[in-house]
Amino acid sequence: MGRFGRALIAPVAAAAAAIIISSIALLLSGNNPFTAFNEMWKNVNSAESIVLIINRSVPYYVSGVAVAIGFKMNLFNIGANGQYILAALVAAWAGAQVSLPAPIHVTFILLVAMLVGAAWASIAAILKVTRNVNEVISTIMLNFIATGLVAFLLAEQFREQVTGSLVAQTETLPPSARLPTLDRLFEWTGLDFGNADLLGFLPFAIALGIGYHLLLNRSRFGFELRLSGANPEAARSSGVNPNAMIMKTIILSGAVAGLIGMHSLLADPQFFKYGDQFPRLLGFTGISLALLGRNHPAGIAAAAFVWGTIERGTQPLSRIGIPPEIGVIMQGSFLLSAIIAYEVVKRRNDAAAASAASKAIHEPPPSSPPGQADAAGVRT
Amino acid sequence: MNDTADAPSAPLAIELRDIVKRFPGVVANDGVDLSVRPGTIHAIVGENGAGKSTLMKTLYGAHQPDEGTIKVYGKDMHFRSPKDAIERRIGMVFQHFMLAKNFTVWENIVLGQEPGRFWKLDVKQAKNELRELGRHYGLEVDPDALVSDLGVGDKQRCEILKVLYRGASILILDEPTAVLVPQEVDELFASLRELTRTKIMRYGQEAQPATVIFISHKLDEVLRHADAITVIRAGKTVGEVSDPSTVTARQLAEMMVGSELPTPETRESTVTRQRALEVHDLTVEGDADSARRALDRANFAVHVGEIVGIAGVEGNGQAELVEAIMGLEHASGTILLDGLDISRYSTLERKARGLGYIPEDRQKDGLALPFSIWENAILGHQRVRPYAKGPWIDRDGARARTAEIVERFDVRTPSIDVPAFALSGGNQQKLVVGREMMSEPKVLLAAHPTRGVDVGAQAVVWDILRDARAAGLATLLISADLEELIGLSDRLLVMLRGRIVAELDPSTVTPADLGSYMTGANVAEVH
Repeated sequence: MGRFGRALIAPVAAAAAAIIISSIALLLSGNNPFTAFNEMWKNVNSAESIVLIINRSVPYYVSGVAVAIGFKMNLFNIGANGQYILAALVAAWAGAQVSLPAPIHVTFILLVAMLVGAAWASIAAILKVTRNVNEVISTIMLNFIATGLVAFLLAEQFREQVTGSLVAQTETLPPSARLPTLDRLFEWTGLDFGNADLLGFLPFAIALGIGYHLLLNRSRFGFELRLSGANPEAARSSGVNPNAMIMKTIILSGAVAGLIGMHSLLADPQFFKYGDQFPRLLGFTGISLALLGRNHPAGIAAAAFVWGTIERGTQPLSRIGIPPEIGVIMQGSFLLSAIIAYEVVKRRNDAAAASAASKAIHEPPPSSPPGQADAAGVRT
Repeated sequence: MNDTADAPSAPLAIELRDIVKRFPGVVANDGVDLSVRPGTIHAIVGENGAGKSTLMKTLYGAHQPDEGTIKVYGKDMHFRSPKDAIERRIGMVFQHFMLAKNFTVWENIVLGQEPGRFWKLDVKQAKNELRELGRHYGLEVDPDALVSDLGVGDKQRCEILKVLYRGASILILDEPTAVLVPQEVDELFASLRELTRTKIMRYGQEAQPATVIFISHKLDEVLRHADAITVIRAGKTVGEVSDPSTVTARQLAEMMVGSELPTPETRESTVTRQRALEVHDLTVEGDADSARRALDRANFAVHVGEIVGIAGVEGNGQAELVEAIMGLEHASGTILLDGLDISRYSTLERKARGLGYIPEDRQKDGLALPFSIWENAILGHQRVRPYAKGPWIDRDGARARTAEIVERFDVRTPSIDVPAFALSGGNQQKLVVGREMMSEPKVLLAAHPTRGVDVGAQAVVWDILRDARAAGLATLLISADLEELIGLSDRLLVMLRGRIVAELDPSTVTPADLGSYMTGANVAEVH
């Protein structure tokens, strides 16, 4: 089995465990698991469904990457949620205020979103560096503040000025700020996407994944970041300033978090604006996905796809009288089993590496030191 | 002194045979024997990293030995956890106190062993029992005092009471005197002596007198207070002294250090008059609550081709000196590297200018254990060629350089892709040393370069340092191994309480003399 095959053992085992656990849950609630899984399969088994799953997975992916950047340095950015809703709101408002040619308009909105996400995250970074406030606590708190701030700004300042409207939302973005669907790219394949459109933020997410990989695994900065995560003391001895690294990492994580809402804002025809219906909890999903994908760009992508698949598959279950909440049980049990399986596999790999290394040492056993001091009362 | 000498037929309280304990990368215990007679105070001495603490943790059930047998009062034991050991009435007082600071003394002591019936906690009984135990053994602590208000001595008494309260009759103390002032040391041993004399009272019942095992590397107190001594070096028992009055501190030190080991002698002098490293008035302020400076106006120079050894009992400013020179610690004063003032430079700039650094604890400061060997070779050089190219890590360059390090410095590994934790301690150290030497530094700061490595790797490291010296490297060597210091250094500086208090010639000084300078006994003479 190759390196790839070995990497798959843990997730496959975890998926099996998740299916067993959710089957038990279904049985306990008096439902037939086979009926349920069969129905779920039907819901995901079409080109149209795949497109819808991908559309759903894209913001999850961005969210997973944002959180993973922090995780790589053992920083728990629980605040991706606050960072992205604030970023999406400000970017939606700012984007509607200007009129620019298409590519520049989109770039402008993306930059605003990243800046706002980074700025909001920097509060937690500054608190950590100057006052040693744990980032888990501060980012959780900042989530609440962000929610309040968004509601406040949306109620007055950033609200679309339409007389008599009861809906609090920003102005709809002009066409120059919208990303076209990708359907035309796939016309030649002859696949029938049905009523679904492959939304246009996907290439940005892919670019983000590649950028994340290059930055972390190929760049000096990424090396220092990972080193700080693996052994902060050794990083310090190697000349990495721990505080500067904390600042940079949290701010970077926040900047990427700022992009979480951009799929909905720029590419989803349902929105093109920030309003009551805008997704509000994508940042928390990112924590699960970063864990499940082991902070690996491809791993997070796979995890996001699985998440989207489960959600898409369980959505219509209520039609046949099965509670769709079974999807949450599947996600939860999958995550938990995966974390356990990763640890088991890691320990086995570590032990294998250690024994391989000790075999490489063909040293003769060090000769036992000769007898010691021969003073009276001393025996050796 | 020896209460049980007249009862030789009694089984040994503790008998350990051929204990082997391996950790990834280190063999901490490699065949240790230990025999402790009941009712005695037994000392275990050895250098840092000799394996004393590992052995005591084995005895306390904190981990299981890979090989060997444990007998308690003549019976074979397999401790799966400290709980098993506590049931066999073995108690341990750790070097770092395990007390809940914002709880009172009695709360800490009864924690997990609360007296009373059902849910009702019998506070009065607990306090009475504590007072009685305390009076009996001279371990009086106010049961209602808050632990955070206690001094070090009281905290330690609290720890000992905790162990006694749990019914221990075999007490293990890990470096109990490290934190105490001399009067407290005498009080502690008076109490311990009392414990070995009287029957322990617990729940109104009598039990046999206590047996005390303590770890120390302060030889004078070991000789003064112990009934028997076991010496451990490099994970092995190298000496057992049944009557301390027959040995001298010097003999013990020789056993600890091992005078028969390959000696780190440097041959003819290669010292030049050219100053590679100069330090002027280098000062590191102490912690806010400490009265003295951690490093107080250090002035010295290291010349091209010279090894300057820094001797001193740990915690007397050596670590701060190294960190200040490396730019890891905020310091005032001037540091000149080859005449260039680097005092304001960052650590990486200092390294790039030719300062090499072997940190004192390779696993803590020198390596990222989960990283592969080639990634570990980058540490500290992540911005210079051949490890980096512009903002990118140069994977090919780094890997090629790592292969060279592995080859030249005899790092034994199946490949450069295995994680660093898989290597033995000696090979990890060779990797760290090789990494620094490979960038051809002008000045090398070597902190405990052979600590905790096997004899083979030690010899390799010594060879590397000697060859580099011959090639003109200026080395500042910090070591707790006096033989290493005397053998390798061209000049010795002694540090005490943050100051350089003496400069000695290693060709004329003996370990015993050096020891007395390090403890301050001889300082008056040189000034």
